[in-house]
Amino acid sequence: MVFNVELPHVGESVTEAVIGKWLKAPGDQIEKYDPLVEVITDKVNMDVPSPASGTITKIIAQEGETVLMGAVIAEMETADGEVSAAETSEPAASEASPSLSAGRIGTLVQGANVGPTGGEFVDTSLTSTKSTASTANLGDSVGSSSRQRGFSPVVTRLAAQHSVELSSLVGTGLGGRVTKKDVLAAVEAGGAGLVSASDQDVSGSEQVIDPTPIRRMIANHMVKSVMEIPHAWSAVEVDVTGMVAWHKANRSGFETRHGVRLTYLPITLAVVASSLKANPRLNSTWLDGKIVLKKAINVGVAVAAEEGLVVPVIHFAADSSIVELAGELDGVVMRARSGSMTLEDVQGGTFTLNNTGALGSIWGGAIINHPQAAILTTEAIVKRPVVVSDGETDSVVVRSMMNICLSFDHRIVDGAEASEFLQSVKSGLEAINLDSELE
Amino acid sequence: MVLSRYLDERVWLLNRQGKAAIAASAQGHEATQVACIEATDPSKDHYLIYYRQFTAMLALGTEPEEMLRGFLAKETEPMSAAKQFPLHGAHPRVDLFNFSNVIATQLPQAAGVALADKLRGSDAVTVVYFGDGASSQGDTHEAMNFAGVHKLPVIFFCENNRYAISVPLEKQMGIESVASRATGYGFPGVQVDGTDVIAVHEATSAAVERARAGDGPTLIEASVERLLPHTTDDDHTRYRSAEDIAHMSERDPLRITSDVLKRRDLLTEYEDDEIHSTAKKRVNVATDTVDAEPYPGVETMFDHILNDSDRNAEVFRNA
Amino acid sequence: MPEQTVIEAVRETMQAEMRRDDSIILLGEDVGSRGGVFLASDGLIDEFGENRVIDTPLAESSICGVALGTAVNGMRPIAEIQFADFVWPAINQLVGEASKVRYGTGGAKTAPMTVRIPYGGGVRGGLYHSQSIEVLFAHTPGLSVVAPATPYDAKGLLASAIRSDDPVIVLEHKRTYRLVKGDVPTEEYTIPIGKAEIKRPGTDLTIFTYGLMLHYALQAAEMATAAEIDVEVLDLRTLRPLDEDAIAESASRTGKALIVQEDTPAVSISSEVAAIIGERCFFDLDGPITRLGPPEIPPMPFSPLQEAAFMPSPEKILAAITKLAEI
Repeated sequence: MVFNVELPHVGESVTEAVIGKWLKAPGDQIEKYDPLVEVITDKVNMDVPSPASGTITKIIAQEGETVLMGAVIAEMETADGEVSAAETSEPAASEASPSLSAGRIGTLVQGANVGPTGGEFVDTSLTSTKSTASTANLGDSVGSSSRQRGFSPVVTRLAAQHSVELSSLVGTGLGGRVTKKDVLAAVEAGGAGLVSASDQDVSGSEQVIDPTPIRRMIANHMVKSVMEIPHAWSAVEVDVTGMVAWHKANRSGFETRHGVRLTYLPITLAVVASSLKANPRLNSTWLDGKIVLKKAINVGVAVAAEEGLVVPVIHFAADSSIVELAGELDGVVMRARSGSMTLEDVQGGTFTLNNTGALGSIWGGAIINHPQAAILTTEAIVKRPVVVSDGETDSVVVRSMMNICLSFDHRIVDGAEASEFLQSVKSGLEAINLDSELE
Repeated sequence: MVLSRYLDERVWLLNRQGKAAIAASAQGHEATQVACIEATDPSKDHYLIYYRQFTAMLALGTEPEEMLRGFLAKETEPMSAAKQFPLHGAHPRVDLFNFSNVIATQLPQAAGVALADKLRGSDAVTVVYFGDGASSQGDTHEAMNFAGVHKLPVIFFCENNRYAISVPLEKQMGIESVASRATGYGFPGVQVDGTDVIAVHEATSAAVERARAGDGPTLIEASVERLLPHTTDDDHTRYRSAEDIAHMSERDPLRITSDVLKRRDLLTEYEDDEIHSTAKKRVNVATDTVDAEPYPGVETMFDHILNDSDRNAEVFRNA
Repeated sequence: MPEQTVIEAVRETMQAEMRRDDSIILLGEDVGSRGGVFLASDGLIDEFGENRVIDTPLAESSICGVALGTAVNGMRPIAEIQFADFVWPAINQLVGEASKVRYGTGGAKTAPMTVRIPYGGGVRGGLYHSQSIEVLFAHTPGLSVVAPATPYDAKGLLASAIRSDDPVIVLEHKRTYRLVKGDVPTEEYTIPIGKAEIKRPGTDLTIFTYGLMLHYALQAAEMATAAEIDVEVLDLRTLRPLDEDAIAESASRTGKALIVQEDTPAVSISSEVAAIIGERCFFDLDGPITRLGPPEIPPMPFSPLQEAAFMPSPEKILAAITKLAEI
């Protein structure tokens, strides 16, 4: 096959080179790595090695010609099986100079490199796709900072100085924190304790509502997820007749024995957690071009609270029994509804489970809880006529059916893996019957 | 020696392709390195090398793939898991190590290694290599002085190629020969032609015998030619005269050794060609293999950290 | 005004200073006919001869000890340490000896010497051609430490160092040598040691940084404008003495401080800057003093992915900006 020989990138801050003597002529055989042509730059003179074994068929760049790095300078015929995509790689991404003013600060010279001991090495090691490794991404080491609540020193000082009643301010900072800017804005507006614009009737036909901070946070979070994550969807229907029967038979005994409410949620949660364990890709996140698998399975459970959607997290869900899960869910849902959740309650989620069935929904395409990989909704349990088969004959019977719908990050998983996960949840739920020992 | 030459040339080429960040060539030093290793016992002796010990590494059984993994910084690099420059770290099979790039630090360490053997009554010998430039460091003086005082089983092996990067011997020392310093420390200093495998082997064997017998250190100075610039980052035409460069191939140990063997009818033209073609093939196979291998991932960056910091854990948590 | 790279500015400053004052001499490994491994002294031996441009034996302790000796006897030496990673044998002569000459002789002797040290990584230099060694010198009373990041500052600060009557360590980031190009006036000028400079004014938060990271911080600040975050970037320029007034002024004004450095953070320049801000700006702070640096491992792995993971980058700085801005 025809193989294009490109002029490789050589030398620092060099973008072009002069072709020197060709060491092979058309018709000549050459082995990979043997010298092919001399090139001259203002920094170095060097022999360019042949990128493949074969026969030179055409010299494109003539001796004395000035050629840009990366341009095709010759063609050769290689044996089949040689990879045609030239292995000469682009130079390491040069530090693109931003629109900083030149002059005093200086601008960055494209491709200006310095070798490890002062020479002219242009590193191409990270530009070759085949030999880079994939693994955990390294984040930065900025201290985790959003933990503080209350007022910062400058906010306290300014509030005291200008007699601003801080509790009446609506903060625009993280988690509704009152920032220095908020205090200064209140002072500027002339009113201590100025509350942000309240509901107002603009034209009589529309009402404009200023969202609450939590509503605004939810909005931002949703937009971020949809903007960043390429969503894909899949759903299966699950026959939960056995689970419904088990729940009906065991509920009151369970609640008496353990003192916690038993809904379907802890049961589905247990099945989902064990399916996540078997399908770790669904329990991951996409970060800076890498897939980061999370070891802990921390399942967020969407709860409709008074001021909006909150997602308390059940940590290490795969390691807990249904009794423990029921207890934790009970507590956390109660705290969510009463607005007394702790930071711990909402942090560290790796996957989200949303029981939209409680609202009567039978189908949904949920938005992924960014930056997780997927969200699963359990829809309403509905009695439906279903065809069952004993292998020989088909018959129609009434069964309790539930749809489960998965939204997943298509960068991380494809339909096949998503289905595998859904099938795992489905079979886990369908395996439950009156004889199951779930406690 | 032939394999070393081809592999060395290949590494240089990989640098020009932007794949090997740095290389220091052993071209011109091959004979002396092979002959010295031959006179020692890799099953028990210790080797403290410096960055130009490319041929010595091969002579001690390092595979071409292993060498290339060092230059290309690949995942299974055996010396330092690609944390370090090529030839740095510790060898997986023989007691050869090279902690750092800092010049001459290995000499006092070698005295320490030899002291431990002496204290334990072992007859192992420690060979420590260094260049003419390293002979100027204070560490070199301190190491030789200590070894002389304690009559340690150590061989100070200087590969004198007359250039410390660009600085020529006459600006490095006020004397003609590094070996002549040994008298000042109370042990013998020997000068040999580093292109002569037999002479180097004889000198090293004598030093090994002396060390094993408990008679103390020897300083060997092998004069060699550095056929290429200091490293891939250097350009020796800036400081070596055209005449000097034109004549250096006369001291090419490969050519000299092959001539000697042919003159004595120990090597035929056919055999010589076979050796070359086998070596070249071996290097091509190794290049193709290692070039396709992955780099170490980020997670192993935190291996072997003493007192791991919370900050590192946080870096992982954020990931 | 001519444009120069950092290395060109260094070379021409040494040349101009040597023409101005013939007590200035150069000492170092390969500084002669090789012109220095980074070509900082390229051509100087031709103009000033072997007596003023001295190729030394390979021995850092003697480079600095000899420089100190000439300095206390009427010369103004500029010593070059080839790589920061190789400075350790000379630490005794610099930290132990040179720093204490004026104090220890009751002012009878001074040591007007400059030590130029290329430092820093991101050049595939592995464990021994990548180190940041500023902390040891910046910790030492009696030394001044400058770390210019632009061609303009390289000229002004090197000239000040050479003209200083006391020892000055000039740290030049290797990666900036040929990467950064900017205006350098042909006429003589000096930049006072101990003065920081706001390289980019802003209102939302301040990045405190130096060396190569200045350029990464400026890039990140530019990127942050897309999120309507207005970042100030303060170039420390001198690491000893730190410009405490400039640091405190900026931190107080923006209320948020992000300190970015390439050196490992524990007990470092960023620790000191954070302490100054904590002491002087507490009641003006509107967010936690934040540091961005590499992980605490020996700088820095040779393999390319790990080196990239180790080095702070414009993207990592941008992430830290965003996080601090939204608090």
